[in-house]
Amino acid sequence: MTNTWMDIKNANVILVMGGNAAEAHPVGFKWVIEAKAHNKAQLVVVDPRFNRTASVADFYAPIRVGTDIAFLSGVIRYLLEKDTIQHDYVKAYTNASFLVREDFGFEEGLFTGYDDKTRKYDKTTWQYELDEQGYAKVDETLQHPRCVLNLLKAHVSRYTLDMVCDITGTPREQYLKVCELIASTAVPNRTLTSLYALGWTQHSVGAQNIRTLAIIQLLLGNIGMPGGGVNALRGHSNIQGLTDLGLLSDQLPGYLNLARDEETSRAAYLEKRTPKPLRPGQVNYWSNYGKFHTSLLKAWFGKAPTRDNDFCYDWMPKVDKVYDGLRAFDLMEQGKLDGYFCQGFNPLASFPNKGKITSALSKLKYLVVMDPLATETSEFWQNHGEFHDVKPEDIQTEVFRLPTTCFAEEEGALVNSSRWLQWHWKGAEPPGEARTDIDIIAALFVKIRELYGHEGGAFPDPILNLHWPYRKAEEPGPDELAKEMNGYALADIPDPKDPTKILAKAGQQLSSFAQLADDGSTACGTWIFSGSWTEAGNQMARRDTTDPTGLGIAPSWAWAWPANRRILYNRASCDLAGKPWDENRKLIQWDGSRWSGLDVPDFKADAAPDSGTSPFIMTDEGVARLFCRQLMADGPFPEHYEPFENPLGTNLLHPKVVSNPAARVFDSDRAMLGESKEFPIVATTYRLTEHFHFWTKHARINASLQPQQFVEIGEELAEELGIANGERVVVRSKRGRIRAVAMVTKRIKALTVGGKTVHQIGIPIHWGFKGAAKKGYLANTLTPFLGDANTQTPEFKAFLVSVTKDSGAAVNSAKTAMKDGAGSSWLARILKGRTEV
Amino acid sequence: MALQSLDILRRSATTTPSPQQRQMTELAKLIDVTKCIGCKACQAACQEWNDLREEVGVNVGSYQNPHDLTADSWTLMRFAETEENGTLEWLIRKDGCMHCADPGCLKACPSPGAIIQYSNGIVDFHEENCIGCGYCITGCPFNIPRLSEKDSKVYKCTLCSDRVAVGLEPACIKACPTQALVFGSKADMIEHANERIVDLKERGFQNAGLYDPQGVGGTHVMYVLHHADKPEIYNELPKDPTISAMVSVWKGIFKPLATAVLGLTALAGFFHYVTVGPNQTEEDEEDTHEQA
Repeated sequence: MTNTWMDIKNANVILVMGGNAAEAHPVGFKWVIEAKAHNKAQLVVVDPRFNRTASVADFYAPIRVGTDIAFLSGVIRYLLEKDTIQHDYVKAYTNASFLVREDFGFEEGLFTGYDDKTRKYDKTTWQYELDEQGYAKVDETLQHPRCVLNLLKAHVSRYTLDMVCDITGTPREQYLKVCELIASTAVPNRTLTSLYALGWTQHSVGAQNIRTLAIIQLLLGNIGMPGGGVNALRGHSNIQGLTDLGLLSDQLPGYLNLARDEETSRAAYLEKRTPKPLRPGQVNYWSNYGKFHTSLLKAWFGKAPTRDNDFCYDWMPKVDKVYDGLRAFDLMEQGKLDGYFCQGFNPLASFPNKGKITSALSKLKYLVVMDPLATETSEFWQNHGEFHDVKPEDIQTEVFRLPTTCFAEEEGALVNSSRWLQWHWKGAEPPGEARTDIDIIAALFVKIRELYGHEGGAFPDPILNLHWPYRKAEEPGPDELAKEMNGYALADIPDPKDPTKILAKAGQQLSSFAQLADDGSTACGTWIFSGSWTEAGNQMARRDTTDPTGLGIAPSWAWAWPANRRILYNRASCDLAGKPWDENRKLIQWDGSRWSGLDVPDFKADAAPDSGTSPFIMTDEGVARLFCRQLMADGPFPEHYEPFENPLGTNLLHPKVVSNPAARVFDSDRAMLGESKEFPIVATTYRLTEHFHFWTKHARINASLQPQQFVEIGEELAEELGIANGERVVVRSKRGRIRAVAMVTKRIKALTVGGKTVHQIGIPIHWGFKGAAKKGYLANTLTPFLGDANTQTPEFKAFLVSVTKDSGAAVNSAKTAMKDGAGSSWLARILKGRTEV
Repeated sequence: MALQSLDILRRSATTTPSPQQRQMTELAKLIDVTKCIGCKACQAACQEWNDLREEVGVNVGSYQNPHDLTADSWTLMRFAETEENGTLEWLIRKDGCMHCADPGCLKACPSPGAIIQYSNGIVDFHEENCIGCGYCITGCPFNIPRLSEKDSKVYKCTLCSDRVAVGLEPACIKACPTQALVFGSKADMIEHANERIVDLKERGFQNAGLYDPQGVGGTHVMYVLHHADKPEIYNELPKDPTISAMVSVWKGIFKPLATAVLGLTALAGFFHYVTVGPNQTEEDEEDTHEQA
């Protein structure tokens, strides 16, 4: 989240799109209810289904899955056409006035530079026009035809009301009403907040879905504002922490990234990652990259890294390409991967195309599953009848199941969606042989280091020299790891303004990432967490709820990265003179000599409003990007591309380029895509509030609250197919089939798309063949194995299926399900006048 | 089943006067269906606090699980889809005991002290005194109490009388993430409801209102409804609940007679026990029962 959970209460309009906050985030959703109850906020829900968020919304509009960019691009067009944007903000705080290279273009669904052999773009032209000093040229009058704002206008001009409604299926009146509500926040004293989750990310255009909304929020002046922002509601407890720590195949902690094979020297590596400012006088904070990276190497390898050995840069792993989940399982399927560690991951259930995952896992030599529960993945080799029909005798994979603790059985910090690191304490001892993930990995490491010590090996240095200073080598403490992530001084750190003063003595905890150096005098495991465990102690364990502004900023509750800042880009909550745009949303302000207030200013503390420094200190431009240059794989502007399986078979905007041309898709999986002739119904998968992924089906109470697999089918489709509520159906995709109870509902309506009627069905994911709930099919039997161009997140949310009645299966009804007469005695039945007794 | 004898207002089938030395504040739970997201945290909390476990059932084409209140599920989210107000609405209502000021269950109950009303408004079942006759089920205008097949006693929401007795809120209130459920003095709850109704009317719900039906003397569980003129669309919440006429008939004529019969039955049972010995349950019978 750019903002925080509590901050939602400050919003005037709340857009829930690409998520279902009431069901997936019921606890945080209290702030939406609070905004409605005490800020007269309007809640708007745009979703294929009228879900439980919609049940408390002021306005709901349906949409076809996978068409969010079309929907939102139409909103951008509406805002620009009606001129309901916040002009001062757009002009000064975004790159609206920047001039783009003349050779940049977009035609027939493709940006310039596309190579259809590699399915990749050469992004050279996706750049500003630069002057002799390397600064971007701007036209502050916004008249130049190639300034970003005018290019954006031209880009979205195709998203007319007719076109958008034709693509999305959203009825015109409902669409216009949503546009109006969003536009109402263009004034400085009203804000829109956007709450999204996996409904936006799990698409082949996932990252661009979010970009489109970010553009809207910038046009409305809602970024940096209390009650505004682009707010990702994370899908797992601590998944924010996972991202922060860079647990992705090409990432390092704190949003640093791994070197590529060709980057053979540290200088070459840093050169590419240390940007030069694109406008004069900008902070350009990533220019500190070298300090973060050097401090990371010092944290990992202790005394070994020195200037003379390039800080052991050679010991860092380098990649030739991204080894994301899709690629890993594809390699496994090809027999090119021998072993796999599943830690907090149940891929058989939660990765697309279960058939492919089963086949891939069967080709491994060994599989290690670390989990508190007996997951489907850990039993992928067992036959579970119709739900998982495999032949164990044909599977030679050796499976090791290592029981781990669950969160309540361990101590440490979880990072929530608000970027708060909240320390928690152990509530119970783990059962049986369960160990924490840290202890399991540590014990493995100690053993491997021992083997390298005895036997040598191809490249023992990074293993043998890994800095491992913990009290118990096999059980590093959460406190020890947290202190290392925060960082510590290896030599006295003098104050740059007054070298006679020492900011931190050698051995002391650092108080901020501002103290990090690239000369080897500091060690820091995760630079963005610097400040979380200082000499003053564990800041994450703070529990002071005091909220001095009343805006939901409790600065002494836990600790937020970066620098305990609660609302990112908060300099933009003030106007050009440094005064809050809205007095009722006063976070920080320029007091004549410095920036001060009750949030930590996201700005140079002493940079005066007229200093020429712009508010977005993390960008090379100093401003926010409507046009994002070369930073995305699939285009500097978002464009509507159809899901890989779609009901039209074409793209109404550009028939030659139907789906995202840069998306992650392998040829073998392309062959497993279905067409609308055979699979005419659009399907989407999602979670229900009663369950958490595939975990809580193991808990009896959750299982009783939502006991059995079902699919949601609209009344019109049900009637067409002759399916009654409670009847069983078979849902097939090109990749497999599931059987489930049909829930026939008014809450999913047929839509008119491209002149034809399109039906959508909903498939909750939570059932499987393990746990306390009724056994069910893994929903991901149906989903396609392909993903987003930037994140490689699979397209779980949009695909095609067919639905048929499950002939011969019994109808579930409340009458047969309840024991007849339960709940009343014979006497009561006589008294109620029932004659059958 | 907390035994605060000083705070008892009424007991079923008892003629001795209740203590009157002190009077507790009248309490109420307010269920604001317009803030409720149907997450069922209240259902889970109820099972947790009361140490009950509902069966893992089947889906019959509804989010409503279990399908009805049971002796293990004392509260239940009921889901109803309607388009009768001109737009699609998904009405979600937490069902459970309303803790009537004039409780039909207590009036109907023939067993002394099986149903207790406290002066704070809580109507509590004391199952150790329950004889399983089920009259309370008939007496209830909301169809709430459920007879257990396990022990032939009747169960329902206690409004967490055990928690409330030591100054805690009911478990469902504590679990509710959106403050759709709030708890306090009945006067405060009515005031809070009135504020909510103003907000709802501003949002176009002209018939928003408080559900505190006077036919049962008012209730200690109340609803804020967007359509207070049509409570029946919320899964058959009765519009004007009253105690069944059968209860009055029963009270006036049959109750003394039936009590005597019950007494004689108990006496006969006692002699049966003394002369024959305790009843044995046939194992086969139990098995058949489970398969049913």
